[in-house]
Amino acid sequence: MIRIEGVGKVFDVRGESFTALQDIDLEIRTGEFLAVVGPSGCGKSTLLDLLGGLSEPTSGRILLDGVPVTGPGLDRGVVFQQYALFPWRTAVANVEFGLEGKNLSKRERRERARHHLSLVGLSGFEDRYPHELSGGMRQRVAIARSLAFDPDVLLMDEPYAALDAQTRESLQDELLRIWERTGKTVVFITHGIEEAIYLGERVAVMTSRPGRIKHVVPVSLGRRTEGEVRAAPEFGRYRRELASLLRDEVERARIQELREVASVG
Amino acid sequence: MASLTETRADTTGIVADEPPGVRRRAPYRTLAPARRSIAIVVLLLVWELLPRLSFVDATFLPPFSDVAVAWYDLLRSGELAEHTQASLVRSLAGFGLAIVVAIPLGLVIGWYRPVAELLNPVLELFRNTAALALLPVFVLILGLGETSKISIILYACTWPILLNTINGVKTVDPLLIKSARSMGLGALRLFQKVILPASVPAIFTGIRLAGAYSILVLVAAEMVGAKAGLGYLINHSQFNFAVPDMYAGIVTISVLGLLFNQLLLRLEGRFSTWRL
Ligand SMILES: Nc1ncnc2c1ncn2[C@@H]1O[C@H](COP(=O)(O)OP(=O)(O)OP(=O)(O)O)[C@@H](O)[C@H]1O
Ligand SMILES: [Mg+2]
Repeated sequence: MIRIEGVGKVFDVRGESFTALQDIDLEIRTGEFLAVVGPSGCGKSTLLDLLGGLSEPTSGRILLDGVPVTGPGLDRGVVFQQYALFPWRTAVANVEFGLEGKNLSKRERRERARHHLSLVGLSGFEDRYPHELSGGMRQRVAIARSLAFDPDVLLMDEPYAALDAQTRESLQDELLRIWERTGKTVVFITHGIEEAIYLGERVAVMTSRPGRIKHVVPVSLGRRTEGEVRAAPEFGRYRRELASLLRDEVERARIQELREVASVG
Repeated sequence: MASLTETRADTTGIVADEPPGVRRRAPYRTLAPARRSIAIVVLLLVWELLPRLSFVDATFLPPFSDVAVAWYDLLRSGELAEHTQASLVRSLAGFGLAIVVAIPLGLVIGWYRPVAELLNPVLELFRNTAALALLPVFVLILGLGETSKISIILYACTWPILLNTINGVKTVDPLLIKSARSMGLGALRLFQKVILPASVPAIFTGIRLAGAYSILVLVAAEMVGAKAGLGYLINHSQFNFAVPDMYAGIVTISVLGLLFNQLLLRLEGRFSTWRL
């Protein structure tokens, strides 16, 4: 269980303080799939960094199973939007990276890495370097890398944003399969409303900056790994609900940005 | 910091060659050696004909065939081997020492950002001081022997390696560092597993530039108070008006430089197959 209690994050931008997140309160159940949507620049990545222990909140605290998060750890796996693979390592060596911090023999490491690559459909590509893989393949390597060290929590930052619709859908299904099998907690940030509804058990909508949780929409669509889900009438209902929640925020964010640009210029 | 980045493309005119791993289209690749040799053959032909047709004074630029004969004589007498060996020992000693000194130093300076900021002005100053301008200083302090020659080569080779290493460490993609940190890596393992491998291409660029410097500076160093070496051969031949011998020395040094660069390029390619 993850508890986010009154979390705020203030950046110092050349002497001026800049509030990215404010009063975030949120509880994420163990094994839950939470999707997060919000306008660009509202602080989604910032929130994920805090959950990953990659930066510290300026106020409030984050509890992971009752223990405050003080830094990164292998109990949480982060999938970054820009893949963040190590270009000098082959696919399989990239997946091994996180395993090198565990007490495993070389053989066990390699085996586990191979297994997780096959899990994301990349058997046969083990020895390719990242630049020899397509964008979707790289993203899958990054996902395999995060899965391989078996974190309890997966933190994913718009992992599918750069992919074409086909690849995205197949990766979404893969992710759901893995999630259902392993029972991991997943926090999945996305710009796509449909993606959020399709994947999330709940969808958290954030406000424009400073980012807060505006609303959390529970989604129940029955057996969710089936392709027809998107065509179901409830799907459309959720989409309209989330779209209207988001629309105001996106508009506010746009005006805010315009105003800031004007005041700087 | 933009000024540091230039080291990759170099400021003294030794532009870094095409990056390793650039894959040319097949027909181009197979034609390239032939095309390159055509240019060389034309050059040699011009060299042969200009003096023969009296466009230039053969006393100062003897035809290539005369130079080839002189080169062959030098080779047979063992003189060439002796000079080449003397030169190579100096070059490689200075070059090797520079690698040993500059890479660890560069890694440390690059890693500790405040140190890098602190030292940057000094590094810039030294980098822009031509090594050869300091040759008299080296001779004054270290005498005319091997020490001063190897030291000046060491000095010249140090800068490109040092600056490229610093730059390599400083420009490691922050996202990769973040990604490694997210997997629980501490500072030491982060350095070993991310910073170091990520800097390898930059370090090799530095090494390759240093290889070129080691030959360039060598010749000049050997023109002052040496008893052997290709620079000495060139200088000495000119002094004694053995002009074909002088050109034989010049050709040898260029070929040597070319081979050295080729070797380092090959090595660089092997160590950075992943870059592209
Ligand atoms: N290190 C930082 N220093 C200063 N400001 C920052 C820093 N990181 C983020 N910000 C600011 O905080 C705000 C939130 O950034 P964040 O990256 O979390 O947005 P986001 O919701 O992920 O946006 P997007 O959907 O475009 O990825 C932005 O306005 C950004 O400018
Ligand atoms: Mg973001």
